[in-house]
Amino acid sequence: MADHLEETTGANKQAPVIEPGHTFATVTDKISAIVLTRPTSMGWVVGFGAGFMVTMMLLFALGYLFIKGTGIWGINIPIGWGFAIVNFVWWIGIGHAGTLISAILLLLRQSWRNSINRFAEAMTLFAVASAGIFPLVHTGRPWLAYWMFPYPNTMQYWPQFRSPLIWDVFAVSTYFTVSLLFWFIGLIPDLATLRDRAENKYAQMIYGLLAMGWRGSARHWARYESAYLLLAGLATPLVLSVHTVVSFDFAVGIVPGWHTTIFPPYFVAGAIYSGFAMVLMLAIPIRKIYNLEDFITDRHLQNSAKVMLATGWIVAYGYAVEAFMGWYSGNRYDHTLLWNRLHGPYAFWYYMLLLCNLFIPQVLWIRKMRTSPVWLFLISFVILVGMWLERFVIVVISLTRDFVPSSWGMYYPTRWDWMTYFGTIGMFLTAMFLFVRILPMISIFEMRTLLPEAEVKPE
Amino acid sequence: MKTLPIYGTMAEFDSAQRLVEAARRTHEAGYRKIDAYSPFPVEELADAIGFHRNHVPLVTLIGAITGGLTGYLMQYWIAVIAYPVNVGGRPLHSWPSFIIVTFEMTILFGAISAVFGMLALNGLPMPYHPVFNVPRFAFASKDRFFLIVFATDPKYDAKGTRQFLEDLHPRSISEVPS
Repeated sequence: MADHLEETTGANKQAPVIEPGHTFATVTDKISAIVLTRPTSMGWVVGFGAGFMVTMMLLFALGYLFIKGTGIWGINIPIGWGFAIVNFVWWIGIGHAGTLISAILLLLRQSWRNSINRFAEAMTLFAVASAGIFPLVHTGRPWLAYWMFPYPNTMQYWPQFRSPLIWDVFAVSTYFTVSLLFWFIGLIPDLATLRDRAENKYAQMIYGLLAMGWRGSARHWARYESAYLLLAGLATPLVLSVHTVVSFDFAVGIVPGWHTTIFPPYFVAGAIYSGFAMVLMLAIPIRKIYNLEDFITDRHLQNSAKVMLATGWIVAYGYAVEAFMGWYSGNRYDHTLLWNRLHGPYAFWYYMLLLCNLFIPQVLWIRKMRTSPVWLFLISFVILVGMWLERFVIVVISLTRDFVPSSWGMYYPTRWDWMTYFGTIGMFLTAMFLFVRILPMISIFEMRTLLPEAEVKPE
Repeated sequence: MKTLPIYGTMAEFDSAQRLVEAARRTHEAGYRKIDAYSPFPVEELADAIGFHRNHVPLVTLIGAITGGLTGYLMQYWIAVIAYPVNVGGRPLHSWPSFIIVTFEMTILFGAISAVFGMLALNGLPMPYHPVFNVPRFAFASKDRFFLIVFATDPKYDAKGTRQFLEDLHPRSISEVPS
């Protein structure tokens, strides 16, 4: 009733979640046609090819790393962490938006999430996969990484459960598994739709196998809905815990700039901040190329921009508290760290970080910026760069200037660092290109529930 | 098990509203072995066909508790019994540092139980099912809604049930061969 009043008085000029005029059939056809009937365009081939080549560069960089060891990177004592951890934290953070959209917004009944949750979840999976590479290869002997899991072995050895690094193994592997399950069960009804729509025999078989014989029975839907809701309920504390545990990798240590209680909330907010930036960087070109403006409307862009604005301020609060505590604690090392950030050898990057994460995103207060795809795309890019710089500042400035000047040093990434970093971006893009080509990138069945005809009036 | 030549009679509807009404009337008429199919979850439908025993939450709870216990006891056993590491005389049973892995294991086992429990209770994967024999059933994953009365229902008789379904004014009616 209230909605109706607002609409007629024009008080609420918000764009709709789904453009009017759609039916079950048009929604189904439009989304499934992208996968089933739309010819593979030249643009897709070029984009996929470019991503694939960059992935090959990643394999080359990793291959050389396996032969030579981590000495090919810029890390050396006192900077043992370098790009590997910077990129790990950056990628894991990006993944968080997917779970936020699919789980937390589901629990909050934000139905606008239905058109972006599927590819945001895919983004989560590929981002976490990219993230996982870094700590794995950073161990130096990745072929022994399974030693971090507790399993009975002839060495009579067990992992140390008081170490944040082992917590991280559990948090990240659980996160990946739960995200994969969530994504897959969300896909089952849509795979059944593709099975029933596909003309090609092999496509029918493959989608049919993956759909596992889903037939949309009311009993199945009832169990499905409770499983989906329970997964959302489980994924919500999980996603908050994952970046918290990642921040423990730092906060449990005693290095100045790391040993602080603000880290968990500040990391989680930063994660969602960068994640939404990545969602927008993907959604804006996708909706343009595949003509999905009916489903991913200005409302989605606006809402994502608002989430970025809000989380951006939480991150800004984190910076403020870090700076304040550096001064207020009266601790000489914390004070020196603050001084180093503002005037030390990496000060330029600290100011760039403030520019990217704090100042430029403030243009999102302007409504025009929030609805302009081009500007949003550019601002999202700036935020992603800013969030990467944030992790660089945290890792590198603290490690290069710790307690005793005799153990100070400098960190310079090598070409292998850069190749590995850009390589994971290539891998991420390759996976995204494959995903939009072979799976429905918008949840078809959840879009159907948004249509007015889906409503059942009570007796 | 005796196999009937007919698996059931199926009626096709245009909207979720009509399907829910038809399902309710069928259930009220005394049919118990019935099922309804829709292209998206319709909350009222499970109630309309008289389905109330949803065990997924219980399975998930059991899974989550098992996960939490496994996680904690594993850490306790490793840190205190199997591989005690004495660090400056600090307690071996350092429970605060075991919380995180316990939590993660709770979530992991809970999530796995929710998904596989749901699939198992639904009897999936089941690539073949008699309802797929009806050509129009392909639209059940698009924009059509189906109601079926299974031949195993004691009240079922091919003619009478068909007549009953006709009275619900469906778009079409088909016999489902088994």
